[in-house]
Amino acid sequence: MARSITEIRDGLTQGKYSSVEITQDYLDRIEQHNPALNCFISVTPEIALQQAGEADRAIADGNIQALTGVPLAHKDLFCTDGVRTSCGSRILDNFVAPYDATVIENFKKAGAVMLGKTNMDEFAMGSSNENSYYGNVANPWDLNRVPGGSSGGSAAVIAAGLAPGSTGTDTGGSIRQPAALCGVTGIKPTYGRVSRYGMVAFASSLDQAGPFAQSAEDCALLLQTMAGFDRRDSTSAEESVPDFSADLNHPIEGLKIGLPKEYFGDGLDSQLAATIEAAITELRKLGAEFCDISLPNANLSIPVYYVIAMAECSSNLSRFDGVRFGHRCDNPRDLEDLYKRSRGEGFGDEVKRRIMIGTYALSAGYYDAYYLKAQQLRRMIKDDYQKAFTEVDLILGPTTPEVAFAIGAKTDDPVSMYLQDIYTISLNLAGLPGISLPVGFVDSMPVGMQLIGNYFDEARLLNTAHCYQQVSDWHLQRPQAFA
Amino acid sequence: MALKPGDLRNIAHLARLHIEDDSIDRYADDLSSILELVDQMNRVDSSGVKPLANPLDATQRLRDDEVTEIDEREKFQQLAPDVEQGLYRVPRVIE
Repeated sequence: MARSITEIRDGLTQGKYSSVEITQDYLDRIEQHNPALNCFISVTPEIALQQAGEADRAIADGNIQALTGVPLAHKDLFCTDGVRTSCGSRILDNFVAPYDATVIENFKKAGAVMLGKTNMDEFAMGSSNENSYYGNVANPWDLNRVPGGSSGGSAAVIAAGLAPGSTGTDTGGSIRQPAALCGVTGIKPTYGRVSRYGMVAFASSLDQAGPFAQSAEDCALLLQTMAGFDRRDSTSAEESVPDFSADLNHPIEGLKIGLPKEYFGDGLDSQLAATIEAAITELRKLGAEFCDISLPNANLSIPVYYVIAMAECSSNLSRFDGVRFGHRCDNPRDLEDLYKRSRGEGFGDEVKRRIMIGTYALSAGYYDAYYLKAQQLRRMIKDDYQKAFTEVDLILGPTTPEVAFAIGAKTDDPVSMYLQDIYTISLNLAGLPGISLPVGFVDSMPVGMQLIGNYFDEARLLNTAHCYQQVSDWHLQRPQAFA
Repeated sequence: MALKPGDLRNIAHLARLHIEDDSIDRYADDLSSILELVDQMNRVDSSGVKPLANPLDATQRLRDDEVTEIDEREKFQQLAPDVEQGLYRVPRVIE
């Protein structure tokens, strides 16, 4: 069962099946396959079937919204009213959100059904989903490998057919990298395009939500519901939202695509590079024109990102204090002991590392050398992209330097894990949108290609990805164990 | 730059994080290797470049000073580990 969202929507409106039936199908698949994959932190069958029943009544009444009756899974980082929102952390293990994130509210208004909350690296900090308090997620293509992270559960549910669509968040690659490693399509919109209200904050100047699905066409439908100005998010962009589905089939003849030389150099697996080359050939056949470009400061992205992300996380995560909500240690001696032990017990290793690096970078005497310096380099990275976009419409490269690695292969070396995000991270620094789509296999594992667009140009990313998906079938391939 | 165990203890205190004694050296090593990565920034001269805080260079949006949120104290306090008479309870701070 690998139905697309478009197909499900048509099937529901044409009365081929009910939302309750299709929702039950997915719940059965989750029950069957989740024990091996661990994609979900919480499955919410009662809510799902209740929402599906409401959707069926709405369909019968002819009151059909954009996603009426379509079952979806949400990253356990979006607050869901009355449902535990753990963010993959022990410190929020008992946190039942008292309100809905704007993204969740939008999906409710659009009539979508929630199957459950997906597994993730704790506080979205990680590239392998091995940092979750609820255990790692297995890659459906090879259970001994990681699905990527931090939105590993949301990518794996699409690959395994446990949901036709899901939500994720991307601070340095957390949508695009797991999409690549699991062979699915995922888009990180422009910073500010989707409201951050009700997302548990990691690094507020980098965080952005987006969808996962089997195809660009399905991602367009989900993004349509997610995007839009929200006064409750102070950095929400006051930009009009185009119809992302309207131009999907627009011919890409004459489209100018830049290939940054820094994205095809040392460190990129040679077989993976050949796979990307083959996809470039396909796009060329569709009329796209390619030229070489340079992003000279791209190699600074990782150090700059880790200063900014860690500084912002150390500040954001200071709210978890064991006083108002979340985990509190037993028998605190005094207030300081309460803070220290609640946080020490509640946070995992990687979160502690990042909070401490951020605290150090912001501490007296070090602010200029780290945070201010990183913000200056951040502008240089953004300027490189802006210069490139005066010459090209899109930029293309690999999403990741290698295919999914073995579980445990990088857990002892945080820095080698950080290097997994080398091609994705600079977009977050610049605030640009990017999409990852499957373009082949290396070592029987999926390869992702990344397209990068200018600000608020998600429609062109989806259009280009869709045109490629009309002449290829990589996005339709499914791991045999979950066919 | 390599952090010593004393540096690590100081940072952990500033961050209000309890770190077990037998983990201090490991965290000091991990943080030192991250700082080594971060030091790559110093290879580039960025003098005169204006720092970028918001990727869209956006400034804070303001609104009229009107009450827009309702009081939901009881709902929110249901999440708290320890409350009494509408207040959050913590260990005594002032003797």
